[in-house]
Amino acid sequence: MKLKIYLTIILIGMLLLIAGAATYASDVLKPDPAFNTGACILIGITIFFLLLLLLWLIRLARGLREDEAIYEKYGDKWVFSQINRLDSRQLDQLISRRNSRKKAISKAKGGNNGFTAVMVLLLVLSSLAVHAQAPGENKNILTSPGMIIMLTLIFIPLVVTVFLVALKVRNLAAKTRYRRVKKETRQLADAVDHDDAIYDEIIKRKHALDYRLTNNELAGTIAPEDSKGILLNIDEVHGPRFFASKRKAAHKHQTDPKLVKLIMWYLGSAALWLVLGTTIGEYLGIKFVSPDADHISWLSFGRLRPVHTNMVFWGWSSMAMLGLGYYVVSTVSNTAVYSIKRGYYSLILMNAAIVLGSGMLMAGINNGGGEYREYIWPVMALFAAGIVVSLANYIQTIAQRKTKEIYISNWYIVSAMMFLTVIVTVGYLPFYQNGLGETIIQGYYMHQAVGMWFMFFNLGLVYYFLPQQLNTPIYSYSLGILAFWSQILFYTLIGTHHFIFSSIPWWLQTVAIVGSMGMLIPVFSGTTNFIMTFRGNFNKIGRSYTLPFYIVGILFYFTGSTQGTAEAFRETNLIWHFTDFTTAHSHLTMYGIIAFFLWASIYTIVPRLTGNEPKQGLVGAHFWMAFIGLLFYTIPLMVGGTLKGIAWREGKPFIDSVVLMAPYWLWRAIGGSLMWASHLVFAWNIYVMFSGHKSDPDIRKEVFDELKNVPVNAEI
Amino acid sequence: MEIYNNHKKLFTAALCFFVLLTFFVAIGPAFTSQNHNAPLPGSKPLNALETEGKAVFIAEGCVACHTQQVRNVDMDKVWGKRPNIAADYANITRTDVWRNTATLMGSERTGPDLTNVGTRQPSNDWHYLHLFNPRSVVAESVMPSYEWLFDIKDYAWPNDEVVNVPDDFKKGITGKIVATHKAVALVAYLRSLKEITLPDGKPVPIFLYGKSDAEKAAAAPSKGPAAKPEFDGAALYASNCQSCHQGNGEGLVGAFPSLKGSKVVLDDNPEVQVTIIMKGYNGRVSEGYGVMPAVGTNNNLKPEEVAAIVNHERSNWGNNSKQVTVDEVKKIIASFGKPETIAAKK
Repeated sequence: MKLKIYLTIILIGMLLLIAGAATYASDVLKPDPAFNTGACILIGITIFFLLLLLLWLIRLARGLREDEAIYEKYGDKWVFSQINRLDSRQLDQLISRRNSRKKAISKAKGGNNGFTAVMVLLLVLSSLAVHAQAPGENKNILTSPGMIIMLTLIFIPLVVTVFLVALKVRNLAAKTRYRRVKKETRQLADAVDHDDAIYDEIIKRKHALDYRLTNNELAGTIAPEDSKGILLNIDEVHGPRFFASKRKAAHKHQTDPKLVKLIMWYLGSAALWLVLGTTIGEYLGIKFVSPDADHISWLSFGRLRPVHTNMVFWGWSSMAMLGLGYYVVSTVSNTAVYSIKRGYYSLILMNAAIVLGSGMLMAGINNGGGEYREYIWPVMALFAAGIVVSLANYIQTIAQRKTKEIYISNWYIVSAMMFLTVIVTVGYLPFYQNGLGETIIQGYYMHQAVGMWFMFFNLGLVYYFLPQQLNTPIYSYSLGILAFWSQILFYTLIGTHHFIFSSIPWWLQTVAIVGSMGMLIPVFSGTTNFIMTFRGNFNKIGRSYTLPFYIVGILFYFTGSTQGTAEAFRETNLIWHFTDFTTAHSHLTMYGIIAFFLWASIYTIVPRLTGNEPKQGLVGAHFWMAFIGLLFYTIPLMVGGTLKGIAWREGKPFIDSVVLMAPYWLWRAIGGSLMWASHLVFAWNIYVMFSGHKSDPDIRKEVFDELKNVPVNAEI
Repeated sequence: MEIYNNHKKLFTAALCFFVLLTFFVAIGPAFTSQNHNAPLPGSKPLNALETEGKAVFIAEGCVACHTQQVRNVDMDKVWGKRPNIAADYANITRTDVWRNTATLMGSERTGPDLTNVGTRQPSNDWHYLHLFNPRSVVAESVMPSYEWLFDIKDYAWPNDEVVNVPDDFKKGITGKIVATHKAVALVAYLRSLKEITLPDGKPVPIFLYGKSDAEKAAAAPSKGPAAKPEFDGAALYASNCQSCHQGNGEGLVGAFPSLKGSKVVLDDNPEVQVTIIMKGYNGRVSEGYGVMPAVGTNNNLKPEEVAAIVNHERSNWGNNSKQVTVDEVKKIIASFGKPETIAAKK
């Protein structure tokens, strides 16, 4: 009864408060609109706290009513319901009490009292906090002092009254509850003493509470046995690990040893060119910081730069691609490679081209300054011949395929090989290359080589290796087909975006820009396809040492390609063209996309071919150094390149833009060093995977083969 | 679909599609460009020495850092009087049977554009010094040294190009540093790089993305009255003069005269100083100094810019002579008799 009166008072008080707040708001909001925000926040907070208070009171009232209801519901049987609320210790007490027939007061209440005290304290504190908040907020937003001070003075006592009443109500409720629980517990104790039925119930309950599991209910006690042979890669680790243990590669594949050897030759050459080419690149990066590092003609910047680019293009990337291509083309065709021998011819031709070309560039013999077209035509003809030999080999392998359809990887791979042949032919034929003809062809050549050769071939590899590694089909074949045709359509057009604002025809520049925009279609569909293939398998990334390479590749495939589109616009060309931003972009793509996809593919397949796995810690070292190094390399160059472009636009003296770049060039050299170090680790990993040391399964196989020849009764 | 199961059809389709687009976007335009652009009337092909020099330029891979294209955007104004047009490259043809055409347009400007370097920097002495060690003339440069284009001799022949390298960059060389034939050819090629004025009647392409008048007006008040003047003498000096006369105004002994304490600069009458900037100077060749090019005319400097440079020289490195006004400079330039209009009348 008392409670209801109090609740009514509080309700009226709160209504008054809300009305007061509303008046306060209407008064405050009128004079100064700028003041509105602060006032609204203050009023909002007040109302919020009042609502909280209201909720709390409602809960309190409901709790009291529920207690009453339980009592009515169970009637005579309420004692039994009480038993379930007690814990084992309390039950013990009751039992011993009955047994000894001693009168004692239950100690269970002490805790409750303490709890009440804490709650009261908390409440007081919180009310204090709220109390303090109201004037505090006011102070910050005082604008017309007189009025606001007066309103606040009315406001504060109202708030305090509400809290005091609320406290009183809470105490009352707590007291009521305490009294009731005390009474019930006494009744229970009394009942136990005199009623055997209740005593039995208590004993039963006690047994139930004391029950404990044995911890082998599910596993049983029989030792495990794998009678179907389905457990592989059992890896038990006890104690803390410095390196997270990753899933091992699956079993060694039954691949033709001759093919394995061919692939190893390709990948070995590729790794060699990678290490050599990036050593040169690293040295070039150092030359930006220390231009007087040497004064030797063969090592001067202008001569070494094309050696670096061509070596990593045609040596590292192309050779790794072809080697992996030999595996993919034959595997998805479900047939053997048409001619292993031709694979070696191709390898020799390509390697010869790179050795000759690099030597000539360093000696000062080059084709005339077009980027990636620095090898003179006899050298490039050797390289193209190597590509054609392998192309014919691939097509003949596909022609003898055992599957009806041609898997999408092979579309990309074979098309890339055909396109490269066309690109090199177009780039080196002389008939239309006088004057600006050379520049138009240069734009076409340099960009097609990147997009229709490296990117296209790599997409083919990823369409095979990513689903294979995830053990799931590619998300959408249709998206792959869309990306295929749209990339041919748009990418072929965009070459001249390297010569925006130059004297090549304006319409051709515009076509290139439109094409660059169109490239978003294949890039978005490709990225979607890969990400969706990953769906549901993201948890595997942490357990695999190859998937991080794929993820980084996909990441840069999206960001790097989109960045290319962004760079092609006229407005952005104003800032970024001719600056180091371009260098950053080319590394983001050729390294971030191509190299990472190639590493992903190599780490996926080589352990399955040779049965030797690299040390996981070292693969991790390779990954992290390459990834972080790339970020250190590209981000400073992008920042510096942008600043350089802005400086040029503002008409600052040219030398200022050189001075400006110094710290960014230093960061580039640091990032480059990390990348370079990671390649040394990669080369070591390749060595471990290839090494003559026989893998454990191989040794086991040999021993068993020997066993066959040993007489049964002989001693081993 | 049938095409996706038939390798002949699929790959033929892809190849045809690609080749078709290649014709549209590369071979066709290249043919058109080659056949529809003739060299400009005023242009002359490279002579034998310059051709050799271009071969050196190609062999050393200079194109990695130096472009040769003035784009039709405002920021490229510093590299030439007008944007390049296709005809500028029309007389560049295939180098020889082994090597392709080299327009050398480049794709990165780690160093300055060279389209007009022959006009901008016609001094042999500067080029030799710069090639021997770029940091001897431009301290901040990151260009490689081309030491191997120079010989060390005990005695120089009368025809030898002797380079007066400052001691700091000699690295203990005691003999005479003489430019080899390759260096001579390379410098001849660099000096031949000049933009040709378009023939009368041919429309000159404009520089795009310049600051419009409205933008300038909008930018001006925001700077406030205390902001820098529109023409920054220090920056203009750095762009036009510093590579020879150096940032400290002291020049290089035996190559470029000092402006610090120079009689010409300290003269209260700016006439000689302005005239030298606009028309060049050869008065101190006998002392071993090089010929100064007509920097102001070559680089198309406005009277306001010349005045800013003159005032910068007059108020730095301890120099403290009378400042000039734009009007004074305009008057001096007007007294030259407007050579351009005379040429046009002829």
